[in-house]
Amino acid sequence: MDLLIQLSYFIAAALFIIGLKRMSSPATARGGIVWAGVGMLVATGITFFWPGMQNYVWMTLALAIGGGAAWYTGKKVQMTDMPQMIAIYNGMGGGAAAAIAAVELLKGDFHSEVFLVLAVIGALIGSVAFSGSMIAFAKLQGLIKRSLVFPGQQLINLAVFAGTLLTGALLMGQGESGTSLILAFFLLALGFGVLMTLPIGGADMPVVISLYNALTGLAVAFEGFVLGNAAMIIAGTVVGSAGTLLTQLMAKAMNRPLSNVLFSGFGSHAAAGAQQGPEGSMKEIDATDAAVMMGYADKVIIVPGYGMAVAQAQHKIWELAELLEERGVEVKFAIHPVAGRMPGHMNVLLAEAGVPYDKIYDLDEINAEFPQADVALVIGANDVVNPAARENPDSPIYGMPILDVDKAKNVIVIKRGKGKGFSGIENDLFFRDNTRMLYGDGQEAASKLIAEVKQL
Amino acid sequence: MIEGFTALYIFMLAAFTGYEVISRVPVILHTPLMSGSNFVHGIVLVGAMVAMGQADTGLEKLIGFIGVVLGAGNAVGGYVVTERMLEMFKSSKEAR
Repeated sequence: MDLLIQLSYFIAAALFIIGLKRMSSPATARGGIVWAGVGMLVATGITFFWPGMQNYVWMTLALAIGGGAAWYTGKKVQMTDMPQMIAIYNGMGGGAAAAIAAVELLKGDFHSEVFLVLAVIGALIGSVAFSGSMIAFAKLQGLIKRSLVFPGQQLINLAVFAGTLLTGALLMGQGESGTSLILAFFLLALGFGVLMTLPIGGADMPVVISLYNALTGLAVAFEGFVLGNAAMIIAGTVVGSAGTLLTQLMAKAMNRPLSNVLFSGFGSHAAAGAQQGPEGSMKEIDATDAAVMMGYADKVIIVPGYGMAVAQAQHKIWELAELLEERGVEVKFAIHPVAGRMPGHMNVLLAEAGVPYDKIYDLDEINAEFPQADVALVIGANDVVNPAARENPDSPIYGMPILDVDKAKNVIVIKRGKGKGFSGIENDLFFRDNTRMLYGDGQEAASKLIAEVKQL
Repeated sequence: MIEGFTALYIFMLAAFTGYEVISRVPVILHTPLMSGSNFVHGIVLVGAMVAMGQADTGLEKLIGFIGVVLGAGNAVGGYVVTERMLEMFKSSKEAR
């Protein structure tokens, strides 16, 4: 039986890696998750036959509760809310790793000091990932509205972290630990996760979630060492390193070093650069003229942002794009790496509306094409199309890669009102000579455009 | 049991594997892939089951129970949302 168990874990680990590999290309991605899913079923199923197990009834109940709740919420959630769901499921993984460590610490019979040390480190990482992910969820869900920043915050965080390390070290020092010390350790670690996440702004949450994802992977790997479970070690480590790489890619796409994301409240440096308002004025356009402009264009590039998703306008925008294509207009979608709430989130939202992925282009692929475009239609995007990032060294977003929509012959911006973007920075683009503003709710504006294009 | 250097070798090779698998991923797949890797560390469920299965005292059983609930949530939730996201990726040839 032992051989069969080990073989199953081996197969599961292999399936995870194959699955992840397949998920890294659009053509095979859909199959990839199924491979990984089979691996998970094999591993979970065989674990029931682990020698010397008890508590089967309660275990099955726990599986049903956790699995059932996650199944229900996962099926029901809106695509726009996907990031916070990933945060919460990820947090649960971290919590589970911490729970494994807690049980092992309470039992206290470690084979060697090394396992004790690994258990404690895994518990620390898992707890931080758990409580941090829950705060990230609450923020994205809108349960916590503001970033909590107060004087001396970093000192307090440091103190809590030091306290966590100290109790952790005490746990490592003693083979047999008292329950109260274990409890203190876990409370401190959980508290640190909360404190560390609270001051981070909503715009940076995706990077943080990705970081916690990598951390959970590491915690799982460490607890895998403790339990002598190769599948956990391999899957956890693979996720740990892959997640770290993803986190770096995301931070790079936002042009912010990771340390900056973690240790400075967003907006603090934006306020410092007192800016002059851009020159010129905003010029309005109505739906009829905008429709004419696009209907008789050769090439239109659509630049969607999170505002489009909030207005649920992606289906209308795709309908508009299809209409234009029927008229012989070449339509492409340009997506900034941080459009949406996570890199790739916007692609998911467009895909949901039925936009084929070969019409969607990355920043690097599309930027050279803007000068040839007759119209660039910006909907619900702001900071990612702000030319100040390229031209104005004083701007807080200076240096961030942007989509060069201002180089298109005409720019139409669909926008709710005259307000500033997520970062609170005035957008030079809106004041350019070739820019026209189409005010209104994203969905309404798109519907009007569709009606007008149909009449051409 | 996996001891000492064997464990270290597994750790190193798996770390490089993860890095290689992700390193050439188009941006459009970042979110699904993050979700997918989130599902993969749902394997923690297996560990939680073992920990609960070997728990003796009431407190250990309770913590094990919580661990299995959380682990199952990670695995199932991670699968469902990843599958839903990837379901939507179609090229224009397939769509028509």
